[in-house]
Amino acid sequence: MTKAGLLALLSHWRRNPMQLFTLVVGLSLATALWSGVQAVNAEARASYDAAAETLGEGQFAQITSADGAIAQSDYVALRRAGWLVSPVAEGRLQGIRLVGLDALTAPNGLGPVDFTDGALTVETLLGGVLFGTQATLDRLVDVDITKIVSGDVAPNVILTDVGTAQRLLRMDGELTRFIVAPNQPVTQIPLDQVVPNLTLRPPQGGSDVARLTDSFHLNLTAFGLLSFAVGIFIVHGAIGLAFEQRRPVIRTLRALGFPLRRLVGLIAAELLVLSLVAGAIGVGLGYVVAAALLPDVAATLSGLYGASVSGNLQLRPEWWLSGLAIAVGGTALAAAASLWRLAKMPLLASARPRAWAMQAGQGRKAQGVLAVGLLVAAALLGVFGSGLAAGFGMLAALLIGAALALPLLLDRVLAFGASRARSVMAEWFWADTRQQLPGLSLALMALLLAMAANVGVSTMVSSFRLTFTGFLDQRLASELYIYADDAAQASQLQDYLKPRVEKVLPIQSISQDIRGLPSEIYGPTPHATYRDNWVFLQDAPNAWTRIENGEGAAINEQLARRAGLAIGDQITLAGERFDVLGIYGDYGNPIGQVIVTEAVFEALFPDIRALRFGVRMDPENVTALTIELREMFDLSEANMVNQAGIKAFSLDVFDRTFTVTGALNVLTLAVAGFAILMSLLTLATMRLPQLAPVWSQGLTRARLGRIEILRAVMLALLTTILALPLGLGLAWTLLAVVNVEAFGWRLPMFLFPLDYARLAVFAVGAAILAALWPARKLARTRPSDLLKVFSNER
Amino acid sequence: MFLRVSDLHKSFAGPDGAIPVLNGIGMTLEAGETLALTGESGSGKSTLLHLVGGLDQPDSGEVNIEGVNIGMLDDAGRAAIRRETVGVIFQQFNLIPSLTVASNIAFQARLAGREDVAWSGELADRMGLADQLTKYPEQLSGGQQQRVAIARTLAARPKLVLADEPTGNLDETTADAVMDLMLNLVAETQAALLMVTHSERLAARMSRRLQLRAGKVA
Repeated sequence: MTKAGLLALLSHWRRNPMQLFTLVVGLSLATALWSGVQAVNAEARASYDAAAETLGEGQFAQITSADGAIAQSDYVALRRAGWLVSPVAEGRLQGIRLVGLDALTAPNGLGPVDFTDGALTVETLLGGVLFGTQATLDRLVDVDITKIVSGDVAPNVILTDVGTAQRLLRMDGELTRFIVAPNQPVTQIPLDQVVPNLTLRPPQGGSDVARLTDSFHLNLTAFGLLSFAVGIFIVHGAIGLAFEQRRPVIRTLRALGFPLRRLVGLIAAELLVLSLVAGAIGVGLGYVVAAALLPDVAATLSGLYGASVSGNLQLRPEWWLSGLAIAVGGTALAAAASLWRLAKMPLLASARPRAWAMQAGQGRKAQGVLAVGLLVAAALLGVFGSGLAAGFGMLAALLIGAALALPLLLDRVLAFGASRARSVMAEWFWADTRQQLPGLSLALMALLLAMAANVGVSTMVSSFRLTFTGFLDQRLASELYIYADDAAQASQLQDYLKPRVEKVLPIQSISQDIRGLPSEIYGPTPHATYRDNWVFLQDAPNAWTRIENGEGAAINEQLARRAGLAIGDQITLAGERFDVLGIYGDYGNPIGQVIVTEAVFEALFPDIRALRFGVRMDPENVTALTIELREMFDLSEANMVNQAGIKAFSLDVFDRTFTVTGALNVLTLAVAGFAILMSLLTLATMRLPQLAPVWSQGLTRARLGRIEILRAVMLALLTTILALPLGLGLAWTLLAVVNVEAFGWRLPMFLFPLDYARLAVFAVGAAILAALWPARKLARTRPSDLLKVFSNER
Repeated sequence: MFLRVSDLHKSFAGPDGAIPVLNGIGMTLEAGETLALTGESGSGKSTLLHLVGGLDQPDSGEVNIEGVNIGMLDDAGRAAIRRETVGVIFQQFNLIPSLTVASNIAFQARLAGREDVAWSGELADRMGLADQLTKYPEQLSGGQQQRVAIARTLAARPKLVLADEPTGNLDETTADAVMDLMLNLVAETQAALLMVTHSERLAARMSRRLQLRAGKVA
C-alpha cells in the first residue's frame, strides 16, 4: 500500500519536472550561499584558534610590559620569586610573525607544543629549528636554519625556541612576554615587588583577533542568512504549488483508504530526501563560493585586523553537516504550513487544484498586521534598543516587515493604476496584474530583499569610502613616512633631515589599557599639520591650543563611545589625569587612541623613543630624498613610504574588505532573478485559462507575450522603487546602529543616486530576461493548446 | 453569401499519428440566419466552430467570411476577425476573472472600438444582470456567468455569433430562459448564429440544422 501511495505521489514530479527543478535549485542555491559564508567563517576562526593556541593568547595569563620589551633578568627574578612563567621572544621577520618559546617551561596545552607525540618534541624545539606551514616557510628566505613543515602552526607564524628567536630578531637579552602557568605555587612574592614595571593580564577566553573580527564575521553571517532567506522564498513557493497541484491525488488516495498519517509521513520523507539531495548539491556549490571568496576575506582580515587566515579551504565535517542541516531545516520551515494544511484537510475538500496564487492571497489582513507589527518593532528597537543584537534585530524586523508589506503596497499601487485606466487594454492590464500579484509575491519579496540589501550595502560602502578617503587626506598629511630600525638610526635620521625638509614630525606611541580598553597613546610634536587636519567631532573651546599647552588630551571616537567619555571628562595616563578636550573620528581603527602633546608624552613615558617620522616637504622632492636616504642610511623600501603609497595601500585594504559583500550582493540578486524566472514560468502554465478568453476576443499571442514582459518590468520597477527607501533604512541602520555597536564609530551617510539608477536598470534587465522565456513560450503557444481551455472534453 | 466553408480538413496529432477530425466539410450561412450544428461527441462540431471563428487554422480548405478567406490571414488578421466580426460564446463561459461583470460585458466592444454604453446597459438589464455589474465572475452562479458571456458577445454587435453549447452547463429551465434571450437578441442585431448543441429541442429552434458524423456532413 505504501509503495502504491508513494508512486502516486512521485508521479507528480515526473509530470512537473520544472517544479522539481525549481525546488532543488532554489534549495541548492540557498544552501550554497549560506554554507559558503559559513565555510569562510569556519576557516578564519580555525586560523584564529590555531594562532591563539600557538601564541598562548586567550587560555593563559600573560605578563607584559608597557613598552613591549622585557629584560631577560626579569625572567630569572620571577622564577626565583616562585612564579612559574615561560619566556616568549617574538617579533616580525620578513613580515612573518616569529614566536620563540621555551619548550622546557611552556605549559602543556600550549598549541602544538606537545611533548608526548608528534614531530614537535622538546628535542626538536631545543634543536633550533623553525616550524610553520609550507606556505609560511616558503616565504622565509636567506635564513639558514632547518625548517620543518607543521600543519598545526597558525598561518603566517613561525615557531622556534626562544634562543633562536632572540638571535634572528636581534633581541639579545630581551624578551617580549611571559606565559603564566595555570597552577602556581601557593607562596610567591607579589608581582609588583619582583618586577614593578610589568603587569599581569588574565586569560581572555579567546584571542584578541577573534574578538576584533567578530563583527566582520557577524556581518558575513547576516548576509549569508539573507541570501538563504531569499532562496527559501523560492522553496516555499515550489512546495506550496506542489501541494496544491497534488490535492486531487491526495484526496483520491484518502478516499481509497490510504491513512492520512502515512500520507503526511510519505510527503515529509519525500521532502527530506529532496532536501538532502539539494543540500548536498548546495554544500558542493558552497565550497566553490567559499573557495572563490576566501582569498579576499583572508586579505581583508590581514589588512584590517592583522589577522592571519589560511588561504586554503579545508573540508570540515561539521561544515558539511551544518550545510545539510540548514537545507533540511529550511525545507521543513518552507513546508510546515503546507504539511499542516494537508494534515487538517477534510476528506471531502475540493479536489480541484485551487489557484495556488489565489490561496497565497488569503490571510492578507493577518499579513498586514504582522508587517505593521514588525515595522513598529524595528522602529522601537532603533529608538530604545542597544547592543549589536538589538541592531541586527532591528534589521531583521525591518526587512521581514517590509517584505510582508510589499504585496499589500503593490496591490494598492495597482488598484490606483486601475482606477486611472481609460482604455480597455489598460483596464485589463492593471486588473490582471493585480490578479497575478499573489502568485508573484514570494519572488517579488525575494527581489525586494535582494535590492534593498544592494542599496543598503552599496550606500554603506560608498559612504564609508567617501568618508575614509577624506579621512586619509586629513590624516596622511605628511609627504613621506620613515621607519628607523633602532633609536640610534632614528636620531641620526632626524639630524640629517632637519635642515633639508620643512618639518620632521616624530611619531611616538605606546600601547596601554585606558579604562580597561586596549588603546594607543600618541605624543605628536605641536604643528599646524595636526591643528589644520585633525578635525574634531566634538571639542572644548581652543582645544588644540590647550592640548599643545599640555592641559588635556584628545581621544578617538571609539574610546569615547566604549568608555562613555565626553568632553570635560578625565582619563588617567601613567597615573596622571587629563581632561578630554577633543574627540576625533578615527575610521577603521579597532582600538582606542589618545593624543597628548609631545612634551607631556616624553614626561609620561621617558623611555619611549620615536622610530617613525612624518616628513613635511615639497612633494616633488620626495623621490630624490628617498634615494638619498637609501644610500646614506642603507634604508630599505619598507622603511620609507610616501603618502601616495600609504593611501593606495589603505584604499586597497578597504576595497578588499567589501569585495566579499559585493560578491554576496550579486549572488543574492541572481538568486532573486532566478526566483522571478521560476515564478513566471510556473504562472505561465496556470495562466492559459486567464489569457485564452482575451486571445479569443481578438488579441494576438505575440501581443499577449509583450504584455507579459511589460507586466514583469512594471512589477520589478515598482519593487525597486519600494526597495530604495528600505535599502536606505538598511544603510542607516548599518551606519548609525550596527557600525557604532560593532566598531565604535559612526559614519556620515551619503546618497548615490547614480548607483541606485544603475541598480534599477539591472533589476529591470533581470526582470526582462526572466520574463522573456515565459513570454516567448506564450507567444508560441499553439492555438490548439489555448483551445483546450474552451474544449468541452478538457 | 456571408459565410462559406468549403472542403475543410483538420487533423490532430495523436500517439499513433494524425487523427483526422474534419474530412472535407462544406457549408454556408446567410446573414441573419441561425444554424444548429449537431452530432455525436468527437464528430468535429467544436473544431469546425473554432476554424470558422479564426481560433485555429485548417489543414486545407477555406473559410470565407464576407468573401475573405481567413485561412490566408496572419495571426494579427485572424485576431482582427475575432475582434471585429465574430463573437464566440463558450460552454465554459470563459469570462475574464480579473474584471467586473460590467467590464467583462463591455470588453470585446471596447476592443473592437464599438463601445456603446447604452446598449451594454440594456443588455445587462435584459439579462437580469443590472445588480451584478460590480461583482466579479467568481461571485456569480453558472447561469449568471453564461448570461454575462452572451451579453459580452452581443455588446460588440458581431456579424457572426458562434456558440459552443452555450447552455450545456445549465439546468433546463435556466437554459430555456437564456436561449430565449440569446435568440431574441441575435435577431435584433441581425447577426448570423452558428450554434453547436447536443439538444434536439434547442436545435429545433434554429432556422436550419447541420448534422456532422465522423468529420463529414451526414
